[in-house]
Amino acid sequence: MDILKERKNQVATAASGSPLNLDCGKKSTAGAVSQRACVFCGSRVVLYPITDALHLIHGPVGCAAYTWDIRGSLSSGSEMYRLSFTTDLSENEVVFGGEKKLYKSLIELIDKHQPKAAFVYSTCIVGVIGDDVEAVCRRVSKEKGIDVLPVQSEGFNGTKKDGYKVACEALDKLVGTDNEAQLPDYSINILGDFNLAGELWMLTEYYKKMGVNINATITGDGRVDDIRKAHKASLNVVQCSGAMMHLAKLMKDKYDVPFMKVSYFGIEDMSDALYDVAHFFKSEELFKKAQLLVKEELGTLIPALAKYREALQGKKAAIYVGGAFKAISLVKALRLIGVQTAVVGSQTGNKEDYEVLKELCDEGTIIVDDSNPNELSQFVIQTNSDIFIGGVKERPIAYKLGLGFCDHNHERKEALAGYEGMLNFAKEIYATAMSPVWQFTRHHKMRSSVALDQTPVDSLPNSKE
Amino acid sequence: MLLRHTQKASETIERKALTVNPAKTCQPVGAMYAALGVHGCLPHSHGSQGCCSYHRSALTRHYKEPVMASTSSFTEGSSVFGGQANLLQALTNIYAIYEPEIVAVHSTCLSETIGDDLGQICSKAVADGKVPEGKHIVYAPTPSYVGSHVTGYANMLKAFVEKFPIKTDEKKRQINLLSGWVEPSDMRELKRIMAMMDVKSVLLPDTSDVLDAPMTGEFQMYPNGGTTIPEMVSMGDSMATVAAGWFATRDAAIALENQCKVKFTQTDIPVGLKATDRFIQAVAKEARVSVPESINVERGRLVDALTDMQQYFYGKKVAIYGDPDNIIPLTEFLIDLGMIPTAVVSGTPGKEFMKRMDALLGDIPEARYLNGAQADMFLMHGWIKENPVDLIIGNTYGKYIARDENIPFLRYGFPILDRIGHSYFPTVGYMGTLNLVTKILDKLMDKIDETALEEKFELVM
Ligand code: SF4
Ligand code: SF4
Repeated sequence: MDILKERKNQVATAASGSPLNLDCGKKSTAGAVSQRACVFCGSRVVLYPITDALHLIHGPVGCAAYTWDIRGSLSSGSEMYRLSFTTDLSENEVVFGGEKKLYKSLIELIDKHQPKAAFVYSTCIVGVIGDDVEAVCRRVSKEKGIDVLPVQSEGFNGTKKDGYKVACEALDKLVGTDNEAQLPDYSINILGDFNLAGELWMLTEYYKKMGVNINATITGDGRVDDIRKAHKASLNVVQCSGAMMHLAKLMKDKYDVPFMKVSYFGIEDMSDALYDVAHFFKSEELFKKAQLLVKEELGTLIPALAKYREALQGKKAAIYVGGAFKAISLVKALRLIGVQTAVVGSQTGNKEDYEVLKELCDEGTIIVDDSNPNELSQFVIQTNSDIFIGGVKERPIAYKLGLGFCDHNHERKEALAGYEGMLNFAKEIYATAMSPVWQFTRHHKMRSSVALDQTPVDSLPNSKE
Repeated sequence: MLLRHTQKASETIERKALTVNPAKTCQPVGAMYAALGVHGCLPHSHGSQGCCSYHRSALTRHYKEPVMASTSSFTEGSSVFGGQANLLQALTNIYAIYEPEIVAVHSTCLSETIGDDLGQICSKAVADGKVPEGKHIVYAPTPSYVGSHVTGYANMLKAFVEKFPIKTDEKKRQINLLSGWVEPSDMRELKRIMAMMDVKSVLLPDTSDVLDAPMTGEFQMYPNGGTTIPEMVSMGDSMATVAAGWFATRDAAIALENQCKVKFTQTDIPVGLKATDRFIQAVAKEARVSVPESINVERGRLVDALTDMQQYFYGKKVAIYGDPDNIIPLTEFLIDLGMIPTAVVSGTPGKEFMKRMDALLGDIPEARYLNGAQADMFLMHGWIKENPVDLIIGNTYGKYIARDENIPFLRYGFPILDRIGHSYFPTVGYMGTLNLVTKILDKLMDKIDETALEEKFELVM
């Protein structure tokens, strides 16, 4: 098939033995119909779940409009984060600078909404007109007495992944600003879960049952005050989606808070996430409670999964998601329910991720970095896949090809993490793979099933006679 | 209460700098949509990849169809040295791999701000042989800090019209139909109306069979629909142009007139009875045909339905927001139903809007209306709080207000992100209007059923 020449090194096939030198982390090739988004997008989706902060996008109206409440991240309290504020830069400011407008906007918003902190996102255009966003933030911060944090997320500075890093840097400025707080024993922060469909609540429930105290959740259902004292926790538990890794590292360097990578997706990974925390605290009690919890959960989950596994046996899936880590978990989870992965790719994976994928996948699985619709659809047809797992732009392509689809991105409505999540995932895959609708897509043309009646009309008996 | 911060409009401190919950999106989305209505055309976003990704997602979320577009993938370097090299390289890749007939380049805020001159770069691309023989490139500057997605649509439409139509000595017995931003189903309905009137026409753009393409089991990068190049070329020889939608089509209509001496009549998008009347008359006049009986029969059916329904509409207050070309005729129609548009808002700037609204709503003391940057959902919510309405009509972004205020809500316009199927049923022409008015009535009557006291809950309404 045709692959853009520059992309040749971004596609590979898993084969045992051969090293997989996937050339990832590259900027998209100019002219590609890339599925990737920008730095700003990365920062915005990561910080947005901080519910009691004000999020102001400094830039033209579009950047804000597209990110208005698109992440299904839930809050147990403040709903302020779901409002979309933008300085809506117009031609005038593009010529004369937007600092004044930014200042006025901030003052007006803070007076009105009394947020605990404010994040100001720079978009591409701000980077070019050269506003000193930091200075404006400092000034407002002083005048209003709250943290006003610049997020240097000019879109062109890289991919979504770079946006995560920028978000972490903004968060880093907030962490450590409350030194008074005293935290109970066994306190952890949860990093890198965004509470899509309430997933975080399930996780915190598990940890609480074990006897672990949750301090800050960063950023799902996040609270500014919790994040301020996050450095007081004994451990950062980081979902290795990559989004919050940088913050974990910063906190390790600055405050010596150790971190641990976990995944909440799939049975093994979820259970490890609990056991590892118990091991960390070297507590027999925590460990016993975790064991009990896992046993209980599996006791109901495993029998519940059996029927799906049986029905789905032999189906093939194509995966194309944002982070490679998610892809790794997905491959494992699919295997658990009898589904084989035929194509797997991500927008932002790194070399190690792809190596892990290669080890994990069956021989012949296509592995791809930063793909496009043409490629993806050819892979799907070539491998005869039954189900596609991806995001908003992949859904209609999957349907056009006559494939089942499961959204594993921002727009998912079901919690897919944890034990309950695993069951939800199985149900969702099952429902889409088994929908009777696919019978129509496989035979998409009407054919006359009976031979047309050829009798000439005038030879028919006349009813009037 | 997601929007509990909203106050009555009169109590709201004056907002100087801020847009809250914008009622519009940016120019390139419109440019992309217009370009998708041309056959074999690949929209190209000259800027960072984020913009392109957002715009494609926005269109996909609304139309539930794959939306193809390429990007120049700016880097920090391009933002300093200009994006020419990126665009030239992009074009080489695009023609080689995706094989479009036409690449329709639009700019983004970023490329506009750093001062990239699309015209110059595209000329260079042609001069350097980056555009293969028989393939084409068009471009439209679409800086988002000016106008809105409607402006982008208008600019791209103009770009096509400046590029393709050629005036020869041979007049063709056909008219041009420039369509404002409507659903693919509406484009299809416009073509059906033309066929009923026995008028040969070139519809530009035409997203039917592109963004409502049938399922075939294949992924088609360029679906079968869309205005073709020969069709566009022939527009220069048409008898006249009918341009439906002032904001979206006027510039293109003027450009075509200047270039090929094809005169045009400006109409509204034919939503509602009067607007459809005017549209049909304009087409009949320009194409020199008489209005066939079949059209009158459809009109009669609509009027008949309206008489059956009128009792439920009279005196009901309604809030409307969206794109001017769509909500101007809609407002007119709702007034004709006996409803009172008390709040009308459009994020798209342009004096024409206020002019038309003054004419339509000037005599209704309760009516408040505004367009431009400050005309956002926040303003409309404030107005609704002050003067509650019975119905809200607009795109998905109104659902928050509808829920908070417990008001029936009809999704209409772009974008609709939370319902499926809207792109299949037209709202233009008499039959489209019938479809629309039925949906409006359903909303009002569902509310009656939901809130009726038990003793007033009736089987026959
Ligand atoms: S930068 Fe401009 S073109 Fe890009 S998304 Fe933002 S508003 Fe739209
Ligand atoms: S302008 Fe920049 S920040 Fe805004 S959407 Fe485009 S790439 Fe992202």
